[in-house]
Amino acid sequence: MTSIAKPPVRHPSLGKNALGFTRRDYEGAMSTLCAGCGHDSVTAALIQAFWELDVPPHRAAKMSGIGCSSKTTAYFMKQSHGFNSVHGRMPSLTTGANAANRDLMYIGISGDGDSLSIGLGQFCHAIRRNVQMLYLLENNGVYGLTKGQFSASADVGSTSKKGEPNIQKPIDPALLALSLGATFVARSFSGDKAHLVPILKAGLKHNGFAFIDIISPCVSFNDHEGSTKSYKHTREHEVDLAPVDFVPLRREITAKQGPDAGVTSVTMHDGSILRFRKTAREYDPTDRGAAASHVRACSERGEVATGLLYVEEGGEEMHALNRTVAKPLVELPFEELCPGNARLQELMAEYR
Amino acid sequence: MSQVNDFAFKIATVNGTGSASANTLLMTSIFRMGIPVTGKNIFPSNIQGLPTWYEIRVSGDGWNARRAQIDLVVAMNPETYKKDIASVTAGGYLIYDSSWPLPADLVREDITILGVPCGKMCVEAFERDRDRVLLRNIVYAGAVAALLDIDMNVVDELLKETYGRKPKLLDANHTAVRLGYDYTRANLQCPLPIRLERLDKTKDCILIDGNTAFGLGAVFAGATVGGWYPITPSTAMMDAFANFCKKYRTTPDGEKNYIVIQAEDELAAAGIVIGANWAGARAFTSTSGPGISLMQEFIGLAYYAEIPSVFVNVQRTGPSTGMPTRTQQADLFSCAYASHGDTKHICLYPSDPKELFDMAPVAFDLAERFQTPVFVLSDLDIGMNDWMVPKFTWNDGYVPDRGNMLTADDVEKLGKWGRYQDTGGGIPSRTLPGSGGKGAYFTRGSGHNLNAAYTEDSAEYRAVVDRIALKFTTAAGEVPRAVIEKAPGGSDIGIIAIGSTNGAVREAIDRLAKQGVSCDYCRIRAFPFGADVVEFLESHEKVFVVEQNRDAQLRSMIGIETGTPFSKMISVLDYGGLPLVPRVVVDAVVAQMAGVQQ
Ligand SMILES: Cc1ncc(C[n+]2csc(CCOP(=O)(O)OP(=O)(O)O)c2C)c(N)n1
Ligand code: SF4
Ligand SMILES: [Mg+2]
Repeated sequence: MTSIAKPPVRHPSLGKNALGFTRRDYEGAMSTLCAGCGHDSVTAALIQAFWELDVPPHRAAKMSGIGCSSKTTAYFMKQSHGFNSVHGRMPSLTTGANAANRDLMYIGISGDGDSLSIGLGQFCHAIRRNVQMLYLLENNGVYGLTKGQFSASADVGSTSKKGEPNIQKPIDPALLALSLGATFVARSFSGDKAHLVPILKAGLKHNGFAFIDIISPCVSFNDHEGSTKSYKHTREHEVDLAPVDFVPLRREITAKQGPDAGVTSVTMHDGSILRFRKTAREYDPTDRGAAASHVRACSERGEVATGLLYVEEGGEEMHALNRTVAKPLVELPFEELCPGNARLQELMAEYR
Repeated sequence: MSQVNDFAFKIATVNGTGSASANTLLMTSIFRMGIPVTGKNIFPSNIQGLPTWYEIRVSGDGWNARRAQIDLVVAMNPETYKKDIASVTAGGYLIYDSSWPLPADLVREDITILGVPCGKMCVEAFERDRDRVLLRNIVYAGAVAALLDIDMNVVDELLKETYGRKPKLLDANHTAVRLGYDYTRANLQCPLPIRLERLDKTKDCILIDGNTAFGLGAVFAGATVGGWYPITPSTAMMDAFANFCKKYRTTPDGEKNYIVIQAEDELAAAGIVIGANWAGARAFTSTSGPGISLMQEFIGLAYYAEIPSVFVNVQRTGPSTGMPTRTQQADLFSCAYASHGDTKHICLYPSDPKELFDMAPVAFDLAERFQTPVFVLSDLDIGMNDWMVPKFTWNDGYVPDRGNMLTADDVEKLGKWGRYQDTGGGIPSRTLPGSGGKGAYFTRGSGHNLNAAYTEDSAEYRAVVDRIALKFTTAAGEVPRAVIEKAPGGSDIGIIAIGSTNGAVREAIDRLAKQGVSCDYCRIRAFPFGADVVEFLESHEKVFVVEQNRDAQLRSMIGIETGTPFSKMISVLDYGGLPLVPRVVVDAVVAQMAGVQQ
């Protein structure tokens, strides 16, 4: 919340992707968030993910609710339509937009206040409907935009800037998403771009509702000693799973990247491959129960479970469940929609 | 007392016992005899076990309002005997189930009481308990048929159409209707002086309820997305939409050219509708007052971000949960001025199912032309009751008005484009997500300028909201005009009404004319009020404003929006939850005129 001019999101190279776009083409308006806000790092990671995935910007739609986090839809991909709506209601809006035009890539951005308090119902029901979208929860444990009140993700004992401890139990959005049947559940950290980008890419390619809880510290209200959502605390308590590589379909799998023994890989809907690098720990990202136990166990130890926690390809998203035609509803010509007077007259006979 | 084709009768039963099919049978039989008929269901907010009434009015002259005077009551629910017997007009008739005696203290000398042992006959004729309960209704239908002289061929034909594919059911229904009919013919004097005689006045008409009508209209208007949350009395509307879509919008492979999403609440329903319209579909929701209350914040977003959306409010009796199965016109404010901040919305006020059907494409066209929420204010009476209306027709030349919608090429040609710039009449132009090129813009409910960029600048803010106000003024000239009916030679007295009270008001005007009081009539069909409404107000000395709410919401809106002096508008208010009867209007006008003469 500042009007100090800051450079737009930085990027090292200005190389072109397959569509001939540079990363700059995926940028948006200049951020007005506080310098150092975790949300800006998420935006930077998104720009990279979209660029690397060669997403045509105009085929994406950016949706958000209200909050500092929700503002960020304005800060990337200015060539995409965006919608900064009302507090906690982005999921229903995206449901409607997706219902009308299933061909766009929907990215929903929300905050912990937006998703876990005022919008908790909408968040849950978008998962139940399995709306095809990437849903990011930029989680800082507070309401940034209204100046630092605890949110529903704040841990018990985590202190406010003034030193008050939070006394209510938190809602863990990843656990919630797992229990509601989400088919892609991940947690990442805004401070670790290398970790976040492949997960974003995988989420964008997921068939169905892809959820990523991103710990994204609020430097103005929740980055102090005593906060469990600070940069420092997250770095020190993060327990990461096997690092993930996202191998897009069109790139040939080279010998170096090729499947090797001990590597778990999941083939995505469009043929892209997710590879979980080998680690000491045994972890099966396709076992929902194990994922939930892992998250819970970490949290009980005061740790933050990150990584691609669960993925299930082959599920049916909203339109498949509904059996909607493949063509987006917005593209159906009126003649195909209106039965016409002759059929109306036939019908009228039934009302006599 | 001979009232051929001109009377009203009422059937008192217990809900959840299957009386609906008997009542429909009676009503449809009368309709098929060519006699104009209307039915009003006065039912409880309950699934089973509470009293329910069905009122059928027969009018050879075609009046369709509810009638205060009930000439015949079919009393099948002992629990309401007292009330039902009291409701028969003097000289009228009561049929009761004489399987059990009628308490002596309830007997009235000024009406004729007729006993038909419906229950007993059912016990003798049918084995199963369920049949005995359900078919008792068909037995009373048979008795009524005998007393009113309903053509039994028509009844037989209807039973055959309904149960043709289930021979056992057909047989049972046939037996039951004959039990009632034959018993009544043999033991009571048939027909009564209130009776039916064939006419030829219904052949171009249908019997339909408003919820079905709008659901159908939405299919024809090209709606592809429905977002909703169940609430009486609107639920059947989205059901109808889904059913007609299933019939007309399913591809040969069984795929759907539509999607109906039952949301988690009305907030989400509104979000779905707004999101779908934003993405370019025609989407709507059906709801009632409590739902509209929940949608307020989203409505303001659609208003300010200028997103088309159609909200159908099938009004019920408020405030709060109110009386969910009773009718009212009390959401006029909550729709016209929905949401915080300066907001005003286009509202349509249909008067019957036919108009509701016809207004479906109008609502979507207005929403897209003006890029704004449009409210269609139906009510429980229109939505859930059976109305006799002319058959619907569809103009195959209809082309949806998608409004000022630009493609990527259009934007390219314009060179410079701003989402919220005025393109004439205060109306901006829009692009759809996915369209590409330079047409991308950022939609927000926060302050924005004419180019859709965030602003906190007073002048930039005002430029947008002032243009939206101008758009609303433009809409006043493009919404459906009022229906104005002048008395021969005109009158100084005007009557203004909206919606479902139309039948009662027109009948009242007819009766008043017969008493020597002539009135002109203006039925407002939309908000903002057009020049025709203003002209009507200005050209009448005294205007009665008839509406079904306590606080004279319509009168207030007229006063506020047109500057008409409140002193010349006299309220006729009826808000007990039942459809208006003409007498209320007649009495109010007569009383006022008498006062003036004193
Ligand atoms: C209906 C409504 N109530 C309250 C607010 C005020 N408000 C704006 S943002 C916000 C909280 C945002 O918190 P979060 O979603 O965590 O976003 P952050 O700012 O932390 O990124 C609140 C309560 C609002 N905009 N709308
Ligand atoms: S208040 Fe917190 S969340 Fe908001 S911009 Fe500043 S640092 Fe980010
Ligand atoms: Mg937050």
